[in-house]
Amino acid sequence: MGLETALGDNWLTTKLEFFINWARKYSLFQYPFVTACCGMEYMSTMCAHYDIARFGAEFTRFTPRQSDLLLVVGTINHKVAPVLRKVYEQMTEPKWVISFGACASTGGFYDNYAVLQGIDKIIPVDVYIPGCPPRPEMVLDAFLKIQEKIQKTRLLESK
Amino acid sequence: MSREVLEKLKARFPDAVMETHSMFGNDTAMLKRESLLEAMRFLKDELKFEMMVDLCGVDHLPEIPRFEVVYHLKSMSRGYRVRIKVRLPEDDPVLDSVVPVWKGANWYERECFEFYGIKFRGHPDLRPLLLYPEFQGYPLRKDYPHKQRQPRLPLLKPERR
Repeated sequence: MGLETALGDNWLTTKLEFFINWARKYSLFQYPFVTACCGMEYMSTMCAHYDIARFGAEFTRFTPRQSDLLLVVGTINHKVAPVLRKVYEQMTEPKWVISFGACASTGGFYDNYAVLQGIDKIIPVDVYIPGCPPRPEMVLDAFLKIQEKIQKTRLLESK
Repeated sequence: MSREVLEKLKARFPDAVMETHSMFGNDTAMLKRESLLEAMRFLKDELKFEMMVDLCGVDHLPEIPRFEVVYHLKSMSRGYRVRIKVRLPEDDPVLDSVVPVWKGANWYERECFEFYGIKFRGHPDLRPLLLYPEFQGYPLRKDYPHKQRQPRLPLLKPERR
């Protein structure tokens, strides 16, 4: 009992590229690299009130090898930068990166000897979320932007 | 409240105590660094300051002597608190370690060493505690350039200046 009852013995045609991108964008497996207070906003986005499961991204994977979306949530300092690079390199293609909050995007107000001034200095970033910390609505918006970007990916162009 | 502690300290070490004050209820004694360890032993054993609450460094850059190490002590059995300060010259920032008196001073002294370059004589393992091993210099000194960065990885693009 489902869609096939309504459609009967009909055909559904689509482009392979569209279909693959559609499948990918609604099954984002995230790796949350949480280092600071932005993690609280991330948790509230994940949980029932804001419920990111509505966008097909409810599953966190705590190994980079099983995830395709890296969320860098919080301040990254020079000491931990090699760890973040290693996590990124261990993720399998295709992979996307969200820089969550002011610190991950630019270093925030930590303009000192210890803090990396934005994670785009060591790994490529797809979407930046501003805010200190960002509201859950902004996180949802970033997810929609990532999905938009995934849908537009050309599969036959090599990266 | 613990002014009598300062009086006892002054009576026991008349030459070592350079100055005392009790501003805002914080009883403070300025000690000479040569007699620090002896005075700390006295404070712990005789006056029952069983707990070293905090140890931190200060860089008073234009002043001479330049560095200062501040100890906060608490007596759990008598409820006293006292603050001990020691001044160190820039060209010889060396101080006796108080790890033989309070074991808990170990990591505080390592932290003070890596951020201010103050060396603690007699410390069992004076290595950097929080910074990565290849870090050069002492970042909390006032003359450490505040824009200086020491990245561990080659960066994809330069950091903003």
